[in-house]
Amino acid sequence: MALKSPAVAMGILSRITRRSFSTSKVLSSKPVTVRDALNQAIDEEMERDESVFVMGEEVAQYDGAYKVTRGLWKKYGDKRVIDTPITEMGFAGIAVGAAFAGLRPICEFMTFNFSMQAIDHIINSAAKTFYMSAGAVPVPIVFRGPNGAAAGVAAQHSQCFGAWFSHCPGLKVIMPYSSEDAKGLLKAAIRDPDPVVCLENEMLYGVPFPMSDEALSNDFVLPFGKAKVEREGKHITVVCAGRATETALQAANTLAGQGIECEVINLRSLRPLDFDTIARSVAKTHHIVTVEQGWPSCGIGSEICARLMESPSFFELDAPAWRVTGADVPMPYAASLEARALPRPPDVLAAVSAVLSNA
Amino acid sequence: MSKIVPSAAKLLAANSLTKSVGPAASTIKNYSTKQEATFQIKPFKLHKLDSGPATTATLTSEDALKLYERLAILRRIETASGNLYKEKIIRGFCHLYSGQEAVAVGMRAAMRDVDSVITAYRCHGWTYLMGVSVLGVLSELTGRRTGCSRGKGGSMHLYSKNFYGGNGIVGAQVPLGAGVAFAHKYRQDGGVCFALYGDGAANQGQLFEAYNMAALWDLPCVFVCENNGYGMGTSVDRASASTEYYSRGDYVPGIWVDGMDVLATREATKYAIDYCTSGKGPLVMEMETYRYSGHSMSDPGTSYRTRDEVQEVRQTRDPITSFKDKLISNNLATPDQLKEIDAKIRTEVDEATKRAKSEPEIDVEELSADIYHNCVENEIRGILPNAPLKHLEVVPRK
Repeated sequence: MALKSPAVAMGILSRITRRSFSTSKVLSSKPVTVRDALNQAIDEEMERDESVFVMGEEVAQYDGAYKVTRGLWKKYGDKRVIDTPITEMGFAGIAVGAAFAGLRPICEFMTFNFSMQAIDHIINSAAKTFYMSAGAVPVPIVFRGPNGAAAGVAAQHSQCFGAWFSHCPGLKVIMPYSSEDAKGLLKAAIRDPDPVVCLENEMLYGVPFPMSDEALSNDFVLPFGKAKVEREGKHITVVCAGRATETALQAANTLAGQGIECEVINLRSLRPLDFDTIARSVAKTHHIVTVEQGWPSCGIGSEICARLMESPSFFELDAPAWRVTGADVPMPYAASLEARALPRPPDVLAAVSAVLSNA
Repeated sequence: MSKIVPSAAKLLAANSLTKSVGPAASTIKNYSTKQEATFQIKPFKLHKLDSGPATTATLTSEDALKLYERLAILRRIETASGNLYKEKIIRGFCHLYSGQEAVAVGMRAAMRDVDSVITAYRCHGWTYLMGVSVLGVLSELTGRRTGCSRGKGGSMHLYSKNFYGGNGIVGAQVPLGAGVAFAHKYRQDGGVCFALYGDGAANQGQLFEAYNMAALWDLPCVFVCENNGYGMGTSVDRASASTEYYSRGDYVPGIWVDGMDVLATREATKYAIDYCTSGKGPLVMEMETYRYSGHSMSDPGTSYRTRDEVQEVRQTRDPITSFKDKLISNNLATPDQLKEIDAKIRTEVDEATKRAKSEPEIDVEELSADIYHNCVENEIRGILPNAPLKHLEVVPRK
């Protein structure tokens, strides 16, 4: 196989021949979907700590709108897996209040698009209270759910909130890509004493990734603020997170066939942002492209570029950095337009070629 | 004999302000000529309840003096706050509670240690009642290190054990309070959460979301609407299609309470605790009250109401003078006793005010302290890229 990353192999394979993945020779460890990895994370943490509970729309009897909480209601009952009415501001506020009082809520938004109804509680109530109270009131809460564009759901249901929440001090923001990311980051988030926003992606929920024995264990947590180098390379750094990692890895694979070795950095957490790993990579490759699904203005790519400009990394660059982002338009419904609103592997190829030819 | 001691205490007070506190407290019991008295309470209005709180209240002389002291100290704290604001020592916003004291004091008198409170930004009095010293309150308002939030919160963000603020966003504290009540129920600790909001916030959508979930899940939450007649400068009848706030919970039962009578608020709160701890779910309590000051210090409070209106409330319904009259006319306390309490309070608040002005602010390094309980960023970005800040942990981590 030409593919270096087994995760990419799985992602692609699963879409081409969904039924064949389990017999694929690429896999040496057990494949687990992102959905199941998230489910394991919640289940294990609920088992570990009585103060952890899940609250959100359809999380209990319906088994989760996207089945992330499947089976948890049967296992833990009404007390700890709680269906709410469709009132985001109210239940987000209740979840934050419960965290004030020392419980550890996992507040699920059916999608983060609806979190905008509750954003006051995420920022004003959750993110700022520890500081405002001079440390008297910790707020150990996780807000989680699918974020960003799915497919064919148009403008109001296709928005990335990575930049929105990363903007705010007091929050930690994670954006898992693989099953290992999902499990390790979400478990760390549930154990974390601060408010954490976990931005998942609906399109990745059904994608199986191999998971190591270590990742399958009950104690597997990933540290925040540490990016993962998904693929090493010497010619150009490609920084991404969440589903954009898939796009970046696919492009990197194609580019490898053309003799261009990309170093693909999966940020894993957007806040804190692991700039050290980016800087080290840029010192090696001297070129950088960022890839994200969110809008360009004041986005994650913008932040990375600004930090490059402000740091000695600027002098390492042989060419201006480029951002590959979602187009600066509300998401259209028509399939042909939608396809042009989000970055695809050819867009990353184009950006890499442009940056490298600028040298 | 009983007349000599207070005057002696006064003499002492003249020499040394702090010394008057000790003897006054220890002799208080000897002054009142009656041990207890019974009072009629203005009838409660009920919504979806068959019976309400008791309309007579028995008050012991000991409790009477405690209640009076709390009412008076809350008023004094706000007078001091108003002055500090005018002196430009308190910055930004400052919302005074004067006129509404009977709500908090009566409620607090009925509350147990296990119960909790969350309120909006008119929170100075509640903070004191929930255990923070006068100095802790006033120096938070002046932004000094002795403030209960070390000066980082300011007048709208004060906290204490079982007291979750001090919230600056109108209405947000209501679902938060339902969340605290959720935690009481989850832990089965028997506690009740009181979530207070004004008549202005009473029209916020998130309140109705909170009512709904609190009722669905039988949360031990008392939604307390402090109806002081005005949401900023908009009178209740200009803002609310229904001004019967005790009935605005629809399927949530409610009680209207005379919020100017500390005994009424106390009895209503006792009832509310019994109601919620019996597993019946939430309750709405409307406390009809009045605020003497403007909405905040920047509001003279005269363009949307008349000075006569304010004067009339002060003369006829003031929660402190009316309670004082009750105590004296029923021989639960003598004027001298109350004067003694006034003097003690004045001393305490004056001294706290002095310190709240003279204490330093926290070190500037604390700009970047306690942003996170567990900070994982190497450094916090400052104003310039070459001047990063270090995240400090000031509060000990458990």
